[in-house]
Amino acid sequence: MTPATLYGLCAAALVAIGLFGLILHPSPLRKVISFNLVGSGTFLFFGVAARRGAVAGFLGDPVPQAMVITGIVVAFAATALAVALLLRMLESGAPTVDGPPEQPDDLSP
Amino acid sequence: MMPYATTPGGWMLVLALMLPVVGMLGIFALGLRHAERIAHATLLAGLAVALAIAVEVGRSGQAVTYLIGGWRPPLGIALQADGLSAVLMVMTSVILCSVGVFARGSFSSPPDGAEVRRPFVFWTLLLGLWSALNTVWLAQDLFSLFVALELLTFSAVPLVCLDGSRDTLRAALRYLLFALAGSVFYLMGTGLIYGAYGTMDIASLHQVARADWATSVALGLMIVGLMAKAALFPLHLWLPPAHAGAPAAASAVLSALVVKAPFILILRLWFDVAPQPLPAAAGAMLAGLGAASILFCSIMALRQARLKLMIAYSTVAQVGYLFLVFPLVMGSAAEMPWDSVGWTGGVLQLVSHAFAKAAMFLAAGLIAEALGHDRIADLGGAAKGVPVTVAAFALAGLSLMGLPPAGGFISKLMLLTAAVETANWWIAATILAGGILAATYVFRVVGSALAQPRAGLVMKAVPLNRELAVLTLALIAVALGFLPLQPLDYLGIGRGGMP
Repeated sequence: MTPATLYGLCAAALVAIGLFGLILHPSPLRKVISFNLVGSGTFLFFGVAARRGAVAGFLGDPVPQAMVITGIVVAFAATALAVALLLRMLESGAPTVDGPPEQPDDLSP
Repeated sequence: MMPYATTPGGWMLVLALMLPVVGMLGIFALGLRHAERIAHATLLAGLAVALAIAVEVGRSGQAVTYLIGGWRPPLGIALQADGLSAVLMVMTSVILCSVGVFARGSFSSPPDGAEVRRPFVFWTLLLGLWSALNTVWLAQDLFSLFVALELLTFSAVPLVCLDGSRDTLRAALRYLLFALAGSVFYLMGTGLIYGAYGTMDIASLHQVARADWATSVALGLMIVGLMAKAALFPLHLWLPPAHAGAPAAASAVLSALVVKAPFILILRLWFDVAPQPLPAAAGAMLAGLGAASILFCSIMALRQARLKLMIAYSTVAQVGYLFLVFPLVMGSAAEMPWDSVGWTGGVLQLVSHAFAKAAMFLAAGLIAEALGHDRIADLGGAAKGVPVTVAAFALAGLSLMGLPPAGGFISKLMLLTAAVETANWWIAATILAGGILAATYVFRVVGSALAQPRAGLVMKAVPLNRELAVLTLALIAVALGFLPLQPLDYLGIGRGGMP
């Protein structure tokens, strides 16, 4: 098994774990963290694509790496926005974020 | 496909992306109290740019292109406005300008010159949203489109919770989670595409795309992700609370424009990227979900007690019509997809729904301001208090139902013609049933608004210019009905190079 294949499998596993959480966890904070797991898996996959596309003496194709940086910035901004919304929700009177939600499947995508 | 080259007037595309951003920065630099004035100036300038691009596309008969930094794809990034993009850009600017006039009342800075957060946030987000939309219409590579979609989400989500109540925050968070799940699926698809072909440029992909396993999985992931963003049944759950909870001016933009961006992307993936011909079953599946959207959400719209929720459910139903396009275009005898009746019908449905829905949400906002609530059963007297608004609502409703002479009539008739031509009888039946359901929910509101007011009802006066902004949108939706009933050549401009 080449390292690229191994990392590809890791990426797939991360995406799977993240998707499981994103769909099945009722609590919004866990959904946000799960989204980050899916994101990490996807970014790792871009790394694999970069490695597999290596030519002309480079260790990796720089284009997917550049795209990953953009992707990470976007995911970071998205997480910040989601957490800010969650905090505002807490301030406006939701009892707890992680506690049993009043409407269990209210946020299920 | 001809190699890309910057065409005369290509710089206008850059202007279309940059103007809103410059406006945003201007608001930060010159002070929050000028937010409204700067936004209005930017909106007007942007409208002029969009019109100029549309004229240039029509005059030259080819797409207007700009290569950023002179670098050619696949290394560089191209912006291109073909006939379809030009129509979408003009539609976006006209709707945003009308919303700008409408929002003067609800998002003005206080006259004493104090710096207030609410108008500042609204106007900057509106400009950000506009830049993102223009990028979606113009970008030519899958990764720029991803960035544009994310910009769109980040501008749209805070608009939902402008009033900061707990319900709207919840709706905004749910919207954000759906949108993020959608984008991460889209991003996975682009990763697979890059891994397989080493390029993200749509025109290059069009030439090299193979009908293999990796491509199918990639396109499937991207389309599913975009379906969540476009609120196609059964991924529509986020839309009604989000669009109904936003302030009227924001709802209008979200419903009229924001949900159209992922649809246009699906259309481009389908006809410009995917290896042709695609399996008929895939098109039928999308259309089947579209039909389910139409029927299920029209019935949900009928059952709503609140006007804004009803309009939001109607958005999901009307977006469902767009997804009927795929089997209709694929099965048509026309040589190119954009020469078919189904293509023009689909685009017209998109444009006429945008105008009609913007008018409806703004009308609902004015009715709620005048009466102090938006319960459909108690709308009695609205027609006396805000007659122009109720008239605009009814005219926009004509377009949703597909009654002549509205734009929705032409578009639905074209879709119906295409359905009959391609012998998709179930699609024809869905279009007819959807029209009857739409008529029922629109008449329910209009009938209630025409009823006698309750005794002692006090209504707030609403400025006439805001009412006229709503009426203008509704009249444009109706005026689209006077287009000829045939494929529009303009929509095919600049696509000729894509066989």
